[in-house]
Amino acid sequence: MASAPPLSSDNADNADSARNANESGNGSNGDSGQRAGSTRRAPWHAFVPLWLMCAPAFLLFAALVLIPLAMTLVLTFYRFDPASGPIAAFQFGNYAEVLTSSYFHTIFLRTFGIAFVTTLLCVVIGTPEAYVLSRMRDPWRSLFLLVILAPLLVSVVVRAFGWSMLLNPNGLVNQAFALVGLGPYKLEYTTFAIVIALVHVMLPFMVIPVWTALQKLDPQTENAALSLMASPATTLRRIVLPQLTPGILSGSLMVFGLSASAFAIPGLLGGRRLKVAATAVYDEFLSSLNWPLGATIAVLLLIANLIVMLTYYRLLERRYARSMG
Amino acid sequence: MSFLTLTDVTKTFGDLHAVADVNLSVEKGEFVSLLGPSGCGKTTTLQMIAGFVETTRGRIVLDGRDITHTKPNQRGLGIVFQSYALFPHMSVAQNVAFGLEMRSIGKTERAERVREALALVRLDTLAHRFPRELSGGQRQRVALARAIVIAPPVLLLDEPMSNLDAKLREDMQFELRAIQRKIGTTTIMVTHDQSEALSISDRVVVMEAGRITQVDTPYRAYERPENHFVSQFIGKANMLPGKIVARDGDDIRIDLGHDLAETGNTAQLPMRERVVNIGDAVTLCIRPEKLRLCAAGAGRLSATVTSRFFLGSQWLYRVDSKLGEVLVCCQNEGTEPLPEGATVGVDWNSDAIRFVQREARHG
Repeated sequence: MASAPPLSSDNADNADSARNANESGNGSNGDSGQRAGSTRRAPWHAFVPLWLMCAPAFLLFAALVLIPLAMTLVLTFYRFDPASGPIAAFQFGNYAEVLTSSYFHTIFLRTFGIAFVTTLLCVVIGTPEAYVLSRMRDPWRSLFLLVILAPLLVSVVVRAFGWSMLLNPNGLVNQAFALVGLGPYKLEYTTFAIVIALVHVMLPFMVIPVWTALQKLDPQTENAALSLMASPATTLRRIVLPQLTPGILSGSLMVFGLSASAFAIPGLLGGRRLKVAATAVYDEFLSSLNWPLGATIAVLLLIANLIVMLTYYRLLERRYARSMG
Repeated sequence: MSFLTLTDVTKTFGDLHAVADVNLSVEKGEFVSLLGPSGCGKTTTLQMIAGFVETTRGRIVLDGRDITHTKPNQRGLGIVFQSYALFPHMSVAQNVAFGLEMRSIGKTERAERVREALALVRLDTLAHRFPRELSGGQRQRVALARAIVIAPPVLLLDEPMSNLDAKLREDMQFELRAIQRKIGTTTIMVTHDQSEALSISDRVVVMEAGRITQVDTPYRAYERPENHFVSQFIGKANMLPGKIVARDGDDIRIDLGHDLAETGNTAQLPMRERVVNIGDAVTLCIRPEKLRLCAAGAGRLSATVTSRFFLGSQWLYRVDSKLGEVLVCCQNEGTEPLPEGATVGVDWNSDAIRFVQREARHG
């Protein structure tokens, strides 16, 4: 019973090997079993090639983004016949129509104008907001962070109707104006209404990246600037703000991109006449049934958005890549 | 009147006395270290001098001007932060130039002074790099250059070496001292590293629990620790209980018990212990390097080596004796060290023992 296991190489602990022999009736088996348990197996991902691991995400991306995008792109070359609908063709008539018509120029200018003003307001409001937020003590900080993120929890349609109720001729805002003997003003169905509602919706997308940049900021740099006789205002402008630029930059990109392609808010608060690119696409597809023209506007919006964002990114990112990483 | 004076400076956070009644005078050109374990209030004291922390009570006077309530950006002190706090979006030269710019110094003079400061810290070739492209030691030099380029009346260093590795730290200590000597700026450094404080300061201020326990030159703080805490915190020490058997002015004769009375141990009374009586129980301190190991049977005490540690230039022995466990430090003279378990004699000079505390405290 107590015979030493013949294959056991590490019988330093004799009692242990004897117990193994006793339990399994075969010392070498028990010993090797113990050793296999103690050596860690290679992790599962060592056996699966990387490309296979990417496959689910790629399939999803292909099915939901690439293929529809390609189909839209193909559609832009089709010809539209009011009597029989889209006809398969390869021509640039739709592009020519959108690019030469002043009607579409106005829509695109309005779209990017709104996106630009929204982005600007989000920077102006969101940056100080994130800064103040980062300076708060904890019960308050969590509370206000929740308040800022709250818009994300409410459907965009509900929020748009909320603004509509506030801004309509008999709404709360005009009632307030009436109290001081002003108005009523036409606030609903204006670019003003669209911008206000968009800023409300987009603010979290600005606050969160700026907040993240603030987390990386060494608070001692502010003290360092003060010790070098910079005023608090100069410290903010010369030391804090530049360190937040990467956050502001990525926030702006998100806000601009989302605002330029926003659909629900311009649709509900801009009315049927104050069109932006996204609502124009919708109208072409569902009212005029001119799918090729709608697809063309959509593709041009995508291209314009890409150009604006990439240019912006290049211009600013290059300046900060070296110092801020 | 000293150049920088702290009078009864106190800081309380709620009920907690972070700093209590700190009185300190720093002479012009002096290098003073605030030394203590973490949480002893040394950093808070520095922050109050810098102006980042408001004092609860007391006065801070710099060069005859009361700066107790002056805003930090009007004190004009040079500060090197523990994290260095370099401006990451500015180049090295821009970082250093910032303070001069804030003082509205013209472009030509600014460039000249930045160049001088960077040359002083031997970084003149890296002026166009950004902080993230520098090593830790280089960043520290930039922080130092940025603080001294404005020619501040006082330079404050907040644990400047704590983020450097051991070898670099040693090099920087000597370099920092050399630079400070060269420009002659009054400097106050906060550190928890006693060897750093001892090696580069003119005076060390030992703090414990928000209070100053001893202000002295490094040599005196080491050789004449005022109390139990200082003797333990600065260097290694054997703490022994004893009894006063005779007194002659400031010289006292002490009895270590265990038939060691006749060996003539003496100690000098520290300044603050004026009243002692013959027969008082006291705590005594003897440094490990003041003890000598000799052949078994010789010396004042016989002991057994329980363990030994090699420190490079020295051997540290732990020996067991009638006095309990005692540390003995011996020079590494290239000979074979004593083996563990060896029986040895321990000897010391009569004046090697320091009186540190009147009533023996345990632990």
